[in-house]
Amino acid sequence: MSVDKSTVTRIAQLARIDVPEHEADELAEELNNILGWVEQLNEVDTEGVVPMSSGMPGAELRQRQDQITEQDNRDLILINAPESRDGFILVPKVIE
Amino acid sequence: MIQGKTGKWEIIIGLEVHAQVTTESKLFSGAATSFGSDPNTQVSLVDAALPGMLPVLNKKAVEQAVLTGLAINAKINRHSVFDRKNYFYPDLPQGYQISQFSDPIVGEGEIEILMEKEERRIIRITRIHLEQDAGKSVHDQSPVSSYVDLNRSGIPLMEIVSEPDMRSAAEAAAYVAKLRSILQYLGTCDGNMERGNLRCDANVSVRRPGDPLGTRCEIKNVNSLRFLQQAIDYEARRHVEVIESGGQIVQETRLFDSESGVTRSMRSKEEAHDYRYFPDPDLMPLDLDEELIESLRARLPELPDKKLQRFVQSLGLAADVAGELVADKEKADYFEPAAEGRDAKLVANMVRKDVFGYANGKGLTISEVPVKPDQYGALIDLVAGGTINAAIASKVFNEMAETGKDAGTIVAERGLKQVSDEGELETILDTIIASSGQQVNQFKSGNEKIIGWFVGQVMQKTKGQANPKIVNELLIKKLTSD
Amino acid sequence: MAALTELTIAEARDGLSRKEFSAKELTEAHIKKMESTRILNAYVLETPERALEDAIASDLRRGNNEIGSLEGIPVGIKDLFCTEGFRTTACSHILDEFVPPYESYVTARMRAAGSVMLGKTNLDEFAMGSSNETSYFGAVRNPWAPSGTDQILVPGGSSGGSASAVAAGLCLGATGTDTGGSIRQPASFCGIVGMKPTYGRCSRWGIIAFASSLDQAGPMTRTVRDSAIMLGAMAGFDPHDSTSSKHVVPDFEDSLGKGIKGLKIGIPAEYRSGGIDPEISGLWEKGSKWLKDQGAQIIDITLPQTKYALPTYYIIAPAEASSNLARYDGMRYGLRVNGSDLTETYMKTRAEGFGPEVRRRIMIGTYVLSAGYYDAYYLKAQKVRRLISEDFETAFKSVDAILTPTSPTPAFELGSKSDDLIAMYLNDVFTVPASLAGLPAISVPCGLSSNGLPLGLQIITPAFDEITLFRVGEALENAAGWSPRPVGAQV
Ligand SMILES: [Mg+2]
Ligand SMILES: [Zn+2]
Repeated sequence: MSVDKSTVTRIAQLARIDVPEHEADELAEELNNILGWVEQLNEVDTEGVVPMSSGMPGAELRQRQDQITEQDNRDLILINAPESRDGFILVPKVIE
Repeated sequence: MIQGKTGKWEIIIGLEVHAQVTTESKLFSGAATSFGSDPNTQVSLVDAALPGMLPVLNKKAVEQAVLTGLAINAKINRHSVFDRKNYFYPDLPQGYQISQFSDPIVGEGEIEILMEKEERRIIRITRIHLEQDAGKSVHDQSPVSSYVDLNRSGIPLMEIVSEPDMRSAAEAAAYVAKLRSILQYLGTCDGNMERGNLRCDANVSVRRPGDPLGTRCEIKNVNSLRFLQQAIDYEARRHVEVIESGGQIVQETRLFDSESGVTRSMRSKEEAHDYRYFPDPDLMPLDLDEELIESLRARLPELPDKKLQRFVQSLGLAADVAGELVADKEKADYFEPAAEGRDAKLVANMVRKDVFGYANGKGLTISEVPVKPDQYGALIDLVAGGTINAAIASKVFNEMAETGKDAGTIVAERGLKQVSDEGELETILDTIIASSGQQVNQFKSGNEKIIGWFVGQVMQKTKGQANPKIVNELLIKKLTSD
Repeated sequence: MAALTELTIAEARDGLSRKEFSAKELTEAHIKKMESTRILNAYVLETPERALEDAIASDLRRGNNEIGSLEGIPVGIKDLFCTEGFRTTACSHILDEFVPPYESYVTARMRAAGSVMLGKTNLDEFAMGSSNETSYFGAVRNPWAPSGTDQILVPGGSSGGSASAVAAGLCLGATGTDTGGSIRQPASFCGIVGMKPTYGRCSRWGIIAFASSLDQAGPMTRTVRDSAIMLGAMAGFDPHDSTSSKHVVPDFEDSLGKGIKGLKIGIPAEYRSGGIDPEISGLWEKGSKWLKDQGAQIIDITLPQTKYALPTYYIIAPAEASSNLARYDGMRYGLRVNGSDLTETYMKTRAEGFGPEVRRRIMIGTYVLSAGYYDAYYLKAQKVRRLISEDFETAFKSVDAILTPTSPTPAFELGSKSDDLIAMYLNDVFTVPASLAGLPAISVPCGLSSNGLPLGLQIITPAFDEITLFRVGEALENAAGWSPRPVGAQV
């Protein structure tokens, strides 16, 4: 599986990272370089192996009681916001 | 079925219902879930996705989902997984929604709905999974900005997915109504559609009877049963028109505009989605033990179907009356204590007329009606005991609702006690008969119905307080004598 | 008595309790050193006022006999830990001037134990790197230089600022985080002790996430004893982190001085292969002999999947990172670069806010999770990860600890590997396997290369057996018989 320029553009769109035209080719090459290298995993027989998705396999998921432990954090939320008004966070207009 | 230019078309509907799980706090944080507070005042640092913040699962939400699964005879999955659904949107702070993709907490189940002429239909449930709600964006405040409120961010939702088993907008509405009443009986969702606590996404397609499924469109976030039916009917007709005029349906997400009553394509959602689901590494898989599931099964309340059965079989109510009473949990909750140890049929009829009628007129929910079931019971006893008649009872009820006085007091104060004293009624009857020769002759010439007119006269003279039973007996006696 | 900045944490602790100096004096000495050694670029934020406040408060507590395990000890905090009221950036432009209104659980614990914060230390942007060259605030210098040269070397990464600061005496100890070797490799490069605890030992709450299933905080110190002291203050159950372990935290320091007689030490054959510097394999031999001489039993073992650990890591870590870093979107905090519409604002903000290596890893991670590639890359990597973890389980049936080199090479010259990605990634070839398996591991400085650069050896033990880790580490330290001080042009 090799990454071409159009794939780079698609991935960049998914990741919301602007990739200028002139950088796309170089990036494609870098990605292919890395992907080609990781593809050595295909040598490993993983037939019937259970994927390991957690850093602590087998540990059970802890659940908390249904209690309100947070008060009004609005000031803490808005203090770092690039733009806010009337208690709202302002973002570029979303067109539906 | 819809009739097109070229013949009949079958409508195929599958629903995805997002139900807010009833909890105090959010799915993965300790922020409150209550409705209607100021923007961004119920947002934890986790809900705002500040750097380094981590999710911790709410036990109650898990139990509510399991309870719901048990109520629809669904498979409870002992092992389920929380995945990340990755996409960018300003009201999705983390850049992903924690949801359940390949391993939901609840598997296949079913819900039975009742259509006209006692027709029963089984709607199969594909799955129920737990996920976070997103925040809210307000778009009309400014030409250049959207305003983001994260109060809803992280609120627990159950996504209840049905099979494409519905064949009409009416069935879809009946399914949602039934689902909502089950959730309300369980207390796992308040079912409030106006507040968006229960939202429907409808997958609609059409086909020739017997053909394979056609291309479907998804109508997102419909928040009332009426709109749901309008949206489905509009969309189905649109499909038929497109296909019959030689066009093709493109699979897409659409929005229903309740003003114009049409659905329109959601351009913003057009960009091909690739959600890159993967297990959330901040959360291990969720394993449920049998004891928990069984203890929840033991907590299952009586559900609408069982209640209806009981109302019909043990209380002797008519199926349609029982149906009306159980459909809305609040109605059943009012009726049952009121009917306790009383004539259930009498109570059912009076409650529907007085209490539900009053709530309707005042735009109240049943639980908001000021007269409580036990107070109302006292009024029913007055009717059952012959102290007042049903017509007077309605007047008394309205006064109870307005003044908060109890039934007995009002009847006494206003002298509404029913006149059952024969002597008193006879004197009234004699004066009426004496001054109504024409009506008397009509009766004698065989017009039995005229009795009603006499009763009316008596009721006028007694302000409706005469005992109708006794009045009838006396009339027959007097008019047929000599 | 040695200069205050030359002390170990244990020595400073004794000096403070013997009233030889106050926490204020100890802190002032470090502030001076920190300010006079800025050429290293080890700190991205100096907090001298806060440090003095902490120190004075500590002296007061000592007066009242309230003495925590890090009472009055000046430390550096990796700028990946959120510090309440103090700018926290992950050394990325995208967090801009972000000031957290909260304190990470680990640093809160350390502060409660009496530690004094000198400042925030430099790192590779979002901890993605092995040389500390990807920091938005510029590269960090290794205080060491090859004998007789003034060559500028990298400190390793991603915890390069912490490693450099500890080695050069700009703090007595520092926090690091380790995802694939980010504590151990820079520790080896800078001649200090770097320890990655068992996954789940230290809460991740308030630490900016890179790869959630791998990230672990740990101590960076000059001695094994200091490492044990500092971990004791950092570790512990946190209900706000679902992956935080309830395992009891033993008295790590208490495990020291007990020797290693009878311990079984495994030497994995697979670590011999692959670009390993002959000097380093030589040191490795020496290390196993040291342990043997102290009564340990040396056993050859095999970890068959070792060579696949690095490619596995470079699928899993970027995949998790691509999702973890989605929250840096310019909407609620940090940098926002306005575009003509929402999408353009997203794309510009993230293009300008992230450096090249971070962008590259987000792209890789996005790709391996995307439709059609998930099974081939991500799922495959997760299965190999399981096999790697099982390799260790098998090995630990026959041994108590595993001895390996920390890094295939000593510290290298600044800029010398920045244009060869794979070569850069290979730095972590020996550290990544333990990360994937979630196992505790420590790097202990054991000698110098022929051109006078520090070299470390790594010990790996079973999950939650940090006790054995420290015991074996101490044995190596004793045998090496030195506590290295940087020699070179930088200090
Ligand atoms: Mg690293
Ligand atoms: Zn959903």
